[in-house]
Amino acid sequence: MQRHDLVIIGAGPAGMAAAATAAELGLSVTLLDEQSRPGGQIYRDVDRVAALRGDILGADYIHGRSLTAGLHHGAITHLEGATVWAIEDGFRISYTKDGRGAQIGAERVLLATGALERPMPVPGWTLPGVMTAGAGQILLKQSGLVARQAVLVGAGPLLYLIAAQMVRAGTPPLAMVETQTRSDLFRALRHLDGALRGWRYLAKGLAMLAEIKRAGVARYTGATGLRIEGTDKAEALRFTHRGRTHRIACTTVFLHHGVVPNTQAARSLGVTHRWDTRQACFNPVLDGWGQSDVPGIFMAGDGTGIGGAKAAEIAGRLAALKLAEALGHISAAERDRRAAPLHSAKARERAARPFLDLAYPPCAEAMAPEDATTICRCEEVTAGDIRRYAALGCLGPNQTKAFGRAGMGPCQGRYCGLTVTALLAEANGQTPDETGYYRIRPPLKPVTLGELAAMDHGSQDAAE
Amino acid sequence: MNPVSPFLELDQTPRVEVVFDGTPLSLPAGANLAAALLAAGIGEFRRTPVSGAPRAPFCMMGACFDCLVEIDGVVRQACMLDVREGLSISKPKGGSHATP
Repeated sequence: MQRHDLVIIGAGPAGMAAAATAAELGLSVTLLDEQSRPGGQIYRDVDRVAALRGDILGADYIHGRSLTAGLHHGAITHLEGATVWAIEDGFRISYTKDGRGAQIGAERVLLATGALERPMPVPGWTLPGVMTAGAGQILLKQSGLVARQAVLVGAGPLLYLIAAQMVRAGTPPLAMVETQTRSDLFRALRHLDGALRGWRYLAKGLAMLAEIKRAGVARYTGATGLRIEGTDKAEALRFTHRGRTHRIACTTVFLHHGVVPNTQAARSLGVTHRWDTRQACFNPVLDGWGQSDVPGIFMAGDGTGIGGAKAAEIAGRLAALKLAEALGHISAAERDRRAAPLHSAKARERAARPFLDLAYPPCAEAMAPEDATTICRCEEVTAGDIRRYAALGCLGPNQTKAFGRAGMGPCQGRYCGLTVTALLAEANGQTPDETGYYRIRPPLKPVTLGELAAMDHGSQDAAE
Repeated sequence: MNPVSPFLELDQTPRVEVVFDGTPLSLPAGANLAAALLAAGIGEFRRTPVSGAPRAPFCMMGACFDCLVEIDGVVRQACMLDVREGLSISKPKGGSHATP
């Protein structure tokens, strides 16, 4: 089994920046990513797509090319299309690529696994035609697909970005149905100083809103009673706005109320996570360099707490500096000298976050879904089922598996975990930390017996 | 002839022939399979094993497993595959408690 100084999981902004910085400082780096081209979700397929529709996607997207360019370094091995399914024993990383299992070893591991859309369980969210806003962006970026009759639903700046991009592509959404209220905005105003320090984000947001308005896209804010109608596919969105019920016929619904860290790999390693009240999700406990409480495991990017692509890039570089120092490639003084400008850039990037988190809080009715709403998409468990388990004495998410298989389907709890924690915490009068989260075990992604059988010989010995 | 699609396609890419559930489709060569099927008007990728409810892509990033399809006897995520000439794709068989 080949051993490397550093194995990085995830080729998004954090992973790419960390790889480039670490290689430059003399580390041998292997970067694994599930996609066949680098960029992560935010810069998905940027090398191919920037020339095709950079005008629609905007300068922030095109910036990703500066990161993919950094991967052309002799000390970086980029394993594309590699799905990691286990990280074990200081450290052996098992993955599948081209239909074969394989393993590599690493002195240190950096998890740059990014974010997932916050699950948004509202009635009808499992119907074909309902997707995350992130999925809408991925369809536009990688595949050049724009939904002809889409409604954007939820809260957050990503909705404005996707709406503006749809306008530029000549196919504006039918409407934006937003759940944040005027009082959320007033509550956010006490963080206005931070927002002003991060004024570039505000300016961008206002420019996108103007673009959406000019295109004549209807906007409803403070919407409640969200319900997607349809029998075998999404046919309409029903909601209440200022006391009136609206129904918008559509073929596509894009849902979004924030993104949350993808914690699967970190949790499988036993990294401690704590509830972050402002971001309403679990974040890993890390030091200022991204070092976790599991020796040798580092983390960077949105997988550590939502900060956006630029903050992820900076965090990736900071982690690489610490790793280079820890492995003896640079002195602590050199590390600190190089890190100083990055620390201040990181603070600037994060300045607008408290304002944004409060101005666009998660949709309340999706955080406490009505009883009949499916919350575990895989096993089709409803919010009412979870409340019933709690009434029968179910205290934690792992017990819900025994009660009714919630979290045991193929997504392994990625799209129900936070909802199950919230429902149990509410029902049992406990905090999310007391309630906890699913125990995540390898394989992190399905692996077939054929892929295991095809594992190359060098690594087979190590697996036995 | 592909069915009517809820998506507008910005790119013009050479097409290859595949089969989805017995129906021949022309899809862009090398494209993301889940995206290509959506663009071709495929609205239902599978039925859930629990209630038999229809499902289609939800996250497009390999996390939700709603876009599962069967190819060569293996159930896989369509959003993690590329379109290749001659693919024979079907809705995953079996495992449905609702339709025994």
